[in-house]
Amino acid sequence: MSFRMIIDNINYIGAMILFVIGLYTVLTHANLIKKIIGINIMETAIFLFFVSIGYVRGGVAPILGASGTETLFVNPLPAAMILTGIVVAVSITAFSLSIVIKIYDAYGTVDLDEIMKIRSVEADE
Amino acid sequence: MKKLLTLIVLGGLLLVLLSSIAELPPMGEEKGPSYNEIAHYYVEESAEDTGAKNIIAAIITDYRAFDTLGETTVLFTGITAVISLLGVSHQKKEGEDQHHG
Amino acid sequence: MDDLFVKVTTKMILPFIQMYGLYVILHGHLSPGGGFSGGAIYAASMVLYTLAFGLKKGQQRMPHEVSSKVETGGILLYVLFGFAGIFQGYSFLTNKAAGFPMGEFGAVLSAGFIPIVTFAIGLKVMSTIVTLFHTMLEEES
Repeated sequence: MSFRMIIDNINYIGAMILFVIGLYTVLTHANLIKKIIGINIMETAIFLFFVSIGYVRGGVAPILGASGTETLFVNPLPAAMILTGIVVAVSITAFSLSIVIKIYDAYGTVDLDEIMKIRSVEADE
Repeated sequence: MKKLLTLIVLGGLLLVLLSSIAELPPMGEEKGPSYNEIAHYYVEESAEDTGAKNIIAAIITDYRAFDTLGETTVLFTGITAVISLLGVSHQKKEGEDQHHG
Repeated sequence: MDDLFVKVTTKMILPFIQMYGLYVILHGHLSPGGGFSGGAIYAASMVLYTLAFGLKKGQQRMPHEVSSKVETGGILLYVLFGFAGIFQGYSFLTNKAAGFPMGEFGAVLSAGFIPIVTFAIGLKVMSTIVTLFHTMLEEES
C-alpha cells in the first residue's frame, strides 16, 4: 500500500480504527456506563464511514448559491440518510441509560462482575 | 491474560478491515458508483420542485417527508419508554390546601 | 451548584444561545442546519439553566405539563399540514401541487410548507431533550 493511497482513504481508515476502539471498550471494561459509551463510539464510526462515501474531490457543500457559481456538489444522499440514524442513536442511548438507573436501584452497584456474583448467589438459594 | 487475548483477536479484525480498502472504489472520484442518476436528479431539479436553497433540507422535508415523520415517531417512542420506566411524580401543591383551611 | 461566576455568566449568555437556536431553525431551508440541530441548540440553553440554578428553578421555567403539550403539539402540526394534500386529491404530504405558496427564491417565507415542518421538528426535539434531562435528575432525589 503506497503512501498516496493511505492519504486518500484516510476517512475509511479512521472509521475502522474508531470501530475497533469502541469494540475493545465494550469487551474489556466492567462498568456498565463505559459499555454504553463504547456502543456510542461504534455508532459514530459507522456514521463517519457512510457519509464519507459521498465525497467528491473539489466539490462544495450542497447549498445552491452559497459559494459563487460552482456546479460540482458533494453527494447529498448519504448525509440525508444519516440524519435519521443519529436521532435513533440518541434515543437508544437515553433508553439504555435509564435501564442502568433501574439496575443500580435493584442491585446497589453498576459493576458487572459484582452483579453476576449477586445473581448467582440468588439463583443457588 | 484476557486483555491480551482480546487485543490479539481485535488486531486480526482490524487487519481484515484495513485490507478491504484496496477493494473499495477510491474515495473522491466523480464517476464513482454512488453518484448515480438519483443524486444528479436531486441536485438539478430540486430548485424548481421545492424552491429551497438547502438541498438536504429539501430532501428530508419534501421528497422524503414520510421518513422524517417515522423518525419523530421513534423519538416519541423513546421518550415514552424512559418516562414509563422512571416515573414522573404528579404531586399537587400542598400550600393551597393549607391556605384554604 | 452554588457558584457566583456560573450564575452571572449564565444569565448574561442565555438569550444569545436561544436567539442562535431560533435562527438555525427558521433558516433551515436557506443555510446548513435545519430542525434537528436547531432544536438541540435551543435545548442546550434550558439544560444550562437547570445545571446552574438547580432543579426546582429549572422545573419552574419548563414544568412537565408544558413540555408534554409542546411535544405532542409538534407532531400534530406536522400531521395536520400533511392532510392538506389529501383534501385536494393528491397523496399525503404534497408540497407544490397542493397549493402552498411558493414565494420568491431565497426569502425566509418561501418553499411551501418546508418552514412549518422544520419548526415542528425543532419544537419536538427541544421538548424531548428537556424532558429527558428533568426526568433523569428527578429520579435520584
